Amino acid sequence: MSAVTLRPLRSDTLTAGRLPRWSVPVAIVGSLLIGYLIADGLQESPNLALVAGLGFVLFLVTMEVATRLVEGRRQASDRRATHLVTAAFVLALVPLGSVLWEAISQGIGRLDATFFSYSMRNVVGAGGGAAHAITGTLWITGLAALISVPIGLMTAIYLAEYGSGNRTAKAITFFVDVMTGIPSIVAGLFAYSLMAMIFGPGSVFGFSGSIALSVLMIPVVVRSCEELLRLVPNELREAAYALGVPKWITIVRIVLPTAISGLVSGIILAIARVIGETAPLMIAAGFTASLNNNLLDNPMMTLPVFVYDSYAHPGSDVTPYLDRAWAGALTLILIVMLLNLIGRLVARRFAPKTGR
Amino acid sequence: MSKRIDVTDLNVYYGKFRAVEDVTMTIEPKSVTAFIGPSGCGKSTLLRTLNRMHEVINGATVEGEVLLDGENLYGPGVDPVRVRRQIGMVFQRPNPFPTMSIKENVLAGITLNNARLPAARKDEIVENSLRGANLWEEVKNRLDLPGSGLSGGQQQRLCIARAIAMEPEVLLMDEPCSALDPISTLAIEDLIGQLKNTYTIVIVTHNMQQAARVSDTTAFFNIAGTGAPGKLIEMGDTDKIFSTPDLKVTEDYISGRFG
Repeated sequence: MSAVTLRPLRSDTLTAGRLPRWSVPVAIVGSLLIGYLIADGLQESPNLALVAGLGFVLFLVTMEVATRLVEGRRQASDRRATHLVTAAFVLALVPLGSVLWEAISQGIGRLDATFFSYSMRNVVGAGGGAAHAITGTLWITGLAALISVPIGLMTAIYLAEYGSGNRTAKAITFFVDVMTGIPSIVAGLFAYSLMAMIFGPGSVFGFSGSIALSVLMIPVVVRSCEELLRLVPNELREAAYALGVPKWITIVRIVLPTAISGLVSGIILAIARVIGETAPLMIAAGFTASLNNNLLDNPMMTLPVFVYDSYAHPGSDVTPYLDRAWAGALTLILIVMLLNLIGRLVARRFAPKTGR
Repeated sequence: MSKRIDVTDLNVYYGKFRAVEDVTMTIEPKSVTAFIGPSGCGKSTLLRTLNRMHEVINGATVEGEVLLDGENLYGPGVDPVRVRRQIGMVFQRPNPFPTMSIKENVLAGITLNNARLPAARKDEIVENSLRGANLWEEVKNRLDLPGSGLSGGQQQRLCIARAIAMEPEVLLMDEPCSALDPISTLAIEDLIGQLKNTYTIVIVTHNMQQAARVSDTTAFFNIAGTGAPGKLIEMGDTDKIFSTPDLKVTEDYISGRFG
């Protein structure tokens, strides 16, 4: 019977080695430099992605070794996780930044007064603008929102307040989920054939585009609004019921105002989601070079279709068409940004009051 | 402004599960009646049947009679909304409406029911209700600030003010102090003592000292075991229940021998 010596479960010191703060930036710069040198040896002109990739792997290995030696195993895995997560985040930002940079640098040149005040009517080559497409986008998306918001919001109210788990509600939820997955081109074909059935074949106009966008927008509105209504604490509903307030007034005056900021941003996100749709509008609302403010007659141009059209069908001199396409894309991004900004302001304005 | 409640052979079900079995009791006007008993014994459920709030929960049903001054709350043609206008309720967690100011919260029951009142009358109701809830002095200078900015105890008193602004006949309180600190609890208990001069009060509490302090009558509920329905075991004057109860099980519970 010999005494078994156990490894101590913990060391009794509270201090541990720490890498200096500058170690991370230095390791990043150093790894990238070495990565560049390696890539330089491998390729004629080193490619950015290869340098970044090699640099990152080198950085991970260096930090792993350094941390293990100085700080220990637990800190090493902590740092490894931090670095991987941060790298994923940066990687996700790259395409975003790149798109924004391209759109701004290529589009800013044609973002002038002419672009906003002229349509493409009788324009061949340089000049012209997207006034017809901007107004068309605003008309069609505005009407789509006008159709989708009441339907979507009321569906959400039914699901959250009335349906709770009955068969109709489950069926609606299922079909809304299915609708979320509808390819946008199918929505366009649906709107086109609906109009063809009512007004005869070849009926292409703005209203039809709004219908197509509504098909895409309603499920998004329903899902986001339903989630938000479910977040309203049940205690508030009970408090209202206990005061002898009927259910519909409770919903209109208590539940909706409590959730309003989220509802508004959800709806604006849904608008932003459909405003850039191209395929359904090409089919349902068509192409035109002229300004058209009548939703019910003649094709109506929209910004995404304008961008596509400028790019796909340029004249003999390609440059002005490509410039206009970039400017159109930039305008679309600006509109979506503006919508998000408005949404945030509205949300803040209506948010439940807090503070003492 | 206070009515008597007679409960006869009341059974409450959640779906097929019987939560409360065969309760018969009388709640006297202008008095405080406390419901005590272990968790899950159906006290809160019974309380919610007294103003038809339990049916907000899916699948909850009731058998039996609840008479408010002789009028059956579960009779044909009775509108639960009208019942709740006469029988107010205060909940366990303070729940002022977050979108409303203090003043709007007090007036919520009136404005949400679309009653139109002159501004002077509204101010009068706000002041009276807040005074009634012992909150007026603390908030009279910030009536237009949000109710959610008050402390927990103040919020609970705001909820009481909101309930008594409707001038109910009966006030039901579902563990109104369980989320509050001792000072706020004391404020609420003092308030209950004053309110019983005007209203019939029924209070559910887990705190036996509280039941002994505030109530005139105490009803003790118990369950035989998990899944069994809750039953009314014994009901009587608070003094008697807390000193010489008729049943051994009541004495055991009150003296802390179980539960």
